[in-house]
Amino acid sequence: MNENAQDIRQSPVTVFRTLGLTKTYEMGDVKVHALRRVDSELYSGELVVLLGASGSGKSTYMNILGGLDRPTTGEVYYEEHDLTNATESELTEYRREHVGFVFQFYNLIPSLTALENVSIVTEISEDPLDPKDALGLVNLTQRMDHFPSELSGGEQQRVAIARAIAKNPTVLLCDEPTGALDSETGSLVLSAIEQINRELNTTTAVITHNIAISRMADRIIHLADGVITDVEVNTNKVHVKDIKW
Amino acid sequence: MRAINRKLYRDLQDTWGQALAIILVIAAGTSTFVMSISTYDTLVQTRDAYYRDYRFEDIFASLNRAPESLREVIESIEGINKVETRVVASAKLTVADFPEPVLGEVVSIPDFGEPTVNRLYLLQGRYPDPVRDDEVILNQVFANAHNLVPGDSFEMIIKGRLETMRVVGIALSPEYIYQVAPGAIMPDFKRFGVIWMSRDAVGKAFDMDNAFNNVVMTLQPGVNPKDIIERLDLLLEPYGGRDAQEREWQVSHRIFKSDIDQLEQMAGMFSSIFLGVAAFLLNIVVSRLINTQREIIAALKAFGYSNIDIGLHYLGYVGVIITIGLLLGIAGGIWLGIALSNLYMEFYRLPYMEFEFRLSIITIAVMITFLAASVGTLFAVNRAVKLPPAQAMKPEPPAKFRKTLIEKLKVFSLLPQMARMVIRHLSRKPVKASLSIAGIALACSILVVGSFFRDALEFLIDIEFGLAQREDMTIVFTEPSSRNAYYNILNLEGVDYGEVYRSVPVRLVNGHRTYLTGINGYQEQRDLHRPLDTNHEPIDIPTQGILLTDYLGELLDVEVGDIVNVEVLEGRRPVDQLRVAGLVNQYFGIGAYMDINSLNRMMREDDVISGVYLKIDPAYEQQIYHQLKDMPRVANFETNRHIVQAFNDTSAEMVYIFVGFIFGLAVIITFGVVYNTARIALSERGRDMASLRVLGFTRGEISYILLGELVVLTLIAIPVGMIIGRLLSWYMIQEIPKEIFRVPLIIENSTYAISATVVIIASILSGLVVRNRLDHLDLIGVLKTRE
Repeated sequence: MNENAQDIRQSPVTVFRTLGLTKTYEMGDVKVHALRRVDSELYSGELVVLLGASGSGKSTYMNILGGLDRPTTGEVYYEEHDLTNATESELTEYRREHVGFVFQFYNLIPSLTALENVSIVTEISEDPLDPKDALGLVNLTQRMDHFPSELSGGEQQRVAIARAIAKNPTVLLCDEPTGALDSETGSLVLSAIEQINRELNTTTAVITHNIAISRMADRIIHLADGVITDVEVNTNKVHVKDIKW
Repeated sequence: MRAINRKLYRDLQDTWGQALAIILVIAAGTSTFVMSISTYDTLVQTRDAYYRDYRFEDIFASLNRAPESLREVIESIEGINKVETRVVASAKLTVADFPEPVLGEVVSIPDFGEPTVNRLYLLQGRYPDPVRDDEVILNQVFANAHNLVPGDSFEMIIKGRLETMRVVGIALSPEYIYQVAPGAIMPDFKRFGVIWMSRDAVGKAFDMDNAFNNVVMTLQPGVNPKDIIERLDLLLEPYGGRDAQEREWQVSHRIFKSDIDQLEQMAGMFSSIFLGVAAFLLNIVVSRLINTQREIIAALKAFGYSNIDIGLHYLGYVGVIITIGLLLGIAGGIWLGIALSNLYMEFYRLPYMEFEFRLSIITIAVMITFLAASVGTLFAVNRAVKLPPAQAMKPEPPAKFRKTLIEKLKVFSLLPQMARMVIRHLSRKPVKASLSIAGIALACSILVVGSFFRDALEFLIDIEFGLAQREDMTIVFTEPSSRNAYYNILNLEGVDYGEVYRSVPVRLVNGHRTYLTGINGYQEQRDLHRPLDTNHEPIDIPTQGILLTDYLGELLDVEVGDIVNVEVLEGRRPVDQLRVAGLVNQYFGIGAYMDINSLNRMMREDDVISGVYLKIDPAYEQQIYHQLKDMPRVANFETNRHIVQAFNDTSAEMVYIFVGFIFGLAVIITFGVVYNTARIALSERGRDMASLRVLGFTRGEISYILLGELVVLTLIAIPVGMIIGRLLSWYMIQEIPKEIFRVPLIIENSTYAISATVVIIASILSGLVVRNRLDHLDLIGVLKTRE
């Protein structure tokens, strides 16, 4: 059993709290209910996996936590900050200071090298890691002067992780980080995330639709049709390297 | 360097083709602006300096003869600065190797020292020796036209005898920037020349010893010329003085000023149109370029970059492009401005050039360009950042599409699949398609505006000299003469037909509006010289009343049926009131027309004529010239051929020079716009095209789709551009001065065709570049990421 997980159970500090979180999109004439009255809590230092099928609302949920989107109704709190009513610039400030994102399609800037892609974030952060150290954490020091087009998918995703953690965020939000990768590369990427969570104690949420991956989590939140169907505490947490899928 | 700045730098590198195209559009727009306005400024500045340095007259007056002693009286008039009394006379000349008649205007200069008013700029040689009667200085245009240099000689009829005159100098004068024969509207460098001789020699030759028949003067600053003229007229009247005039009425100045005013208008219009078009295009291009970066913008936002950071970043990107464009445009504009000014200096034979370049021009150009670019950038950035980043990072959601009307047509389903794809895409993205069309259409329109002047001026010549003034030759008598003079000329061998006319200098007055012009009286039966109506049909000249050139009607603010006051400036100087019986549609020159008998009645004269319009047999042309030259009654004669020639060589040429430069810049803008349209289409649809390739479409097929769109856009844009071009041309001619000639809105099909061709060539070249890119699409990349 992981020491972190034990700490959490002993004295869980709430990082995120949502109350009646609802999000509806208008797609043409159709209303899509992405989230319906979701109440949830995420705790400091834990690694949560959000599990659900495509369209279950997990990305929407994470985007709202990350300040990338706003709920239609309901409330969302980061620590004591009310994100629901935050202004545009407060959300920007929040993302800049606290949130690290890893996207399914990496979203690296093609015209910047690996190192520069990390620097673009550290340059606007208050207390960042050295970009080289961040790349070191994901074992990419050797490739730091390469452009995204010269990197494999896994390497690109690891650059994205380095970029996300380089600002020294309090939360790391990963949306299908292995979605575009083969299992071997995916494993490498997840190991990096696991390592960050463990070593930097960064509250981490990972979206996936791959059940196998959820075995690395402290807790697993199941979503379906915009509703949390189950929250499962993983008592049998395993290292990524031991997960096969 | 900060990573975000590095991104900016690399983005610039990556999009250099498009950036270059934008740079060209801005540079060409700015160049037009800077070139036009600085050329205009330079001409004005140089003219003013020339006038000032060479003491160009403020007031001039002609009289029959006054004793030299009157000079002191004139000088004593308060407000006058310098006075020069002169003898000005006409003389017939014979120049070697030139069989046609040449009229000389002999102007006296002081025996010793330079003239105090209308100084000469001596280019070559020296002033005449006052003790010699045969030494002259020639005006440069005339000397050049006959290749005369100091040391050469020509012959001049003085008191009926042919005397040999020796050229000792070649000069320029602010008085003769345009050297125009009396009564003529256009200069004719070969057949009319200004000859300066020392006062003593002129006095002897024209019986004007110790007398003068012309006086010019400069005024002290701040003096109202009207007051001086009033006193001068009183003073000169006993000596046959004909109304003293302000500089404004001096012929050379008047034409030159009209040219400059014309240039000013063209400069203003072209500058604003070109800069406006460039700004509009910049706005479109920039916003679409930024649109292609929406995902990166979303990512930057997700990392915590604020909207302002992102806005500044893209402003930086655009800023670099427009700064380069502006710098190039300003440098190019100055360079072109100097080149164009030099052409004008040569054209007008100004002795020196004072290149004038106002910093405010740059400020305006910079402000307009930056404003256009910033609005485009910020608008696009704003649109990009307004979306929540989560949404923006996804590829744009499949846009709301609906079957458009065109697709519901039966014909549509009969089209080949590829054609249907082209039409479908364009019709379902109407805003983007419209913007592309607008861009190309504007480019096409400035090509039309940049070249329609030639059509208009050629049309003007066709109408004026093909329909209205169909005589081959106009003969001017030395004084009003009886009809015998007409019969004498009619009897010359080779003269087919002739019509008489009477010409009287007048001042037309309506309230506070006055205009100095001539009334021409025509015979009832007219086949040669025929004023036209608005349908270009010969107009009837009533036995009562007066016809005015339509523009003169505007100047005097009179319409048909109104009364104008006529003050004759010749003979008994009668004053009369005439009803405006009609307006004459006339593109060239300004005048008033009456029945010859009514005119003579008004003049209280017999059946006299001022000259004859002739139709001649070309085979006898030279012979007729020789015979006319020997007729003492014939003061001058002009051929229409030479007038047309002169017009083409002068006022028209000045317009052609300018629009030539403009057209070149319009071509550059066109290429920039079309290339950008094609490249933006490629960047917006590159993914779709690659996906189609993956699905099995060939390179040819995807090229068909993308380039087919470009073809359709271009084909729609061209006629739209022609219409806009026509509107802009119309707008432009409204603003152009109408004093010397009035530009009709005539755009020949060939002009449209040339404009369309330029657009099409630009499209083909851009298409080839895009095609090359399409052939190298990264198919694997498409499969690997996204969607």
